[in-house]
Amino acid sequence: MQSEVMFAGFGGQGILLIGKILAHTAMEEGFEVAWIPSYGPEMRGGTAYCTVVISDRPIGSPIIRNPMHLVAMNRPSLEKFAPMVKPGGVILINSSLIPIRSQRSDVDELIVPVNDIAKELGNVRAANIVALAAFVARSKVVDFDLMKESVKKEFAKKPKFIPLNMEAIEQGRKAAIHNE
Amino acid sequence: MGKILMKGNEAIGEAAIRAGCLNYFAYPITPQSEVAEYLSRRMPEVGGVFLQGESEVAVSYMLFGASACGARVFTTSSSPGISLMSEGISYIAGAQCPAVFVNIMRGGPGLGGILPSQADYFQSTKGGGHGDYRLLVMAPASVQEAVEMVMLAFPLAEKYRNPVMLLGDGLIGQMMEPVEFPDHLKSEPTNKDEWATNGMDTRGSNKRNLVKSLFLDAGKLNEHNLMLKAKYDRMKQEEIRYELYNIESDYKALIVSYGTMSRVCKTSIDNMKDEGLEVGMVRPQTLFPFPEKAIYEAASKESCKVVVSIEMSMGQMVEDVERSVKGKLPVRWYGKCGGDVPTPEEVIEAVKSFL
Repeated sequence: MQSEVMFAGFGGQGILLIGKILAHTAMEEGFEVAWIPSYGPEMRGGTAYCTVVISDRPIGSPIIRNPMHLVAMNRPSLEKFAPMVKPGGVILINSSLIPIRSQRSDVDELIVPVNDIAKELGNVRAANIVALAAFVARSKVVDFDLMKESVKKEFAKKPKFIPLNMEAIEQGRKAAIHNE
Repeated sequence: MGKILMKGNEAIGEAAIRAGCLNYFAYPITPQSEVAEYLSRRMPEVGGVFLQGESEVAVSYMLFGASACGARVFTTSSSPGISLMSEGISYIAGAQCPAVFVNIMRGGPGLGGILPSQADYFQSTKGGGHGDYRLLVMAPASVQEAVEMVMLAFPLAEKYRNPVMLLGDGLIGQMMEPVEFPDHLKSEPTNKDEWATNGMDTRGSNKRNLVKSLFLDAGKLNEHNLMLKAKYDRMKQEEIRYELYNIESDYKALIVSYGTMSRVCKTSIDNMKDEGLEVGMVRPQTLFPFPEKAIYEAASKESCKVVVSIEMSMGQMVEDVERSVKGKLPVRWYGKCGGDVPTPEEVIEAVKSFL
């Protein structure tokens, strides 16, 4: 069983970081995992995306054209990648920045205003963690509590951000359940 | 120590330190600049040296100088940078100094692009620099394998007193995968008193050591080349490494592929198996010496009708595959350049088209 998650947005939204946290969680859970960034020529503020492949056996091709799931943090990402998502996958749409929908009837669309939620928590930079938590709560690709631990580890050197991120995780989870 | 999630480039840097290499000279270039970034922080922590050269040419001679003095040395670069280093590599090979080079390949020729490529196969296995020399070339297909090969590269470079090249591609450098660093592989540098200019006082000897690649006398140079050839022949006897995949099946086609491309091929092979089409693969882990015999034997299976060399180049390794198959079966090539890594579906389509 293999699932692939694509995280996409613009540079500065912490896209690569939440991909890394998911990959780390999957590794801790005992899965094979690969984290592949987009590293083509990009300008500052341009698009950023990464793919995380999670599998119960050694991962072959790390290049994924059709991911199982998509976390779209801005509109260009949704427009570009939504058509590529496999049927039955989860598409998380950051509705704070994306006014449109995926136009797909064969996927599980999860609409969460992650920037607004993060702003309410006092720091818009936690939007990526809200998105990660909502996505994991809905897709269950990894264990939710283990993901929480991975976030703590990631911020171990900046402990003052841990309470904010724990709250972001909780709000993300609630948003995913609320959407069901 | 458990598994940690690490980017290929950083893992390569850490592996070199674990292998006891404390001298790293480099010049940044995408897609491998993270090695230099990582080691600029890490080398001082372990009492090592990171020195950024003014160019790749300078870097290659920093390696030459430090290696001649007996130090364990390595550098990392990407395709155009390796071209610049090739003069130094030829001198290092001629002067028989151990050194480890890592090429995280990008597309070419010229500046090309920054995306993954395997277009430096000729450069690393057939020359690059001038003169009759060979590099021992290893090609990892995962971050873990890159770590293991880096750790193996140093003892091999010292065993043969020859440069060793690790040939990765942009994806190996940029990708994060779980890695484990085996502590026990850390090898002590070999005794270099016989040849290195490490100081007569240090080695307590009256004999002068001279490291050079200049032999003006025709007879002496021929002798030197014969001695080098004997080393390369010994590599062919002792250092061939490869992996076989789905080789126990009655495969109709045999793929030869290495590095990132071989991982894509594994997915293709698994998918074709599900459809009822068996395809086998030989994955060279050393590109020089090349696993000729393994490929010949795999191509000799009665069920096998065609051998396909699949590369992220316009067909370079295919020449070695043809040489290995010795006309026993038709040899075909499939590949793509520019960083657009072929998908498993494209590989399947190509293999089927040759059957």
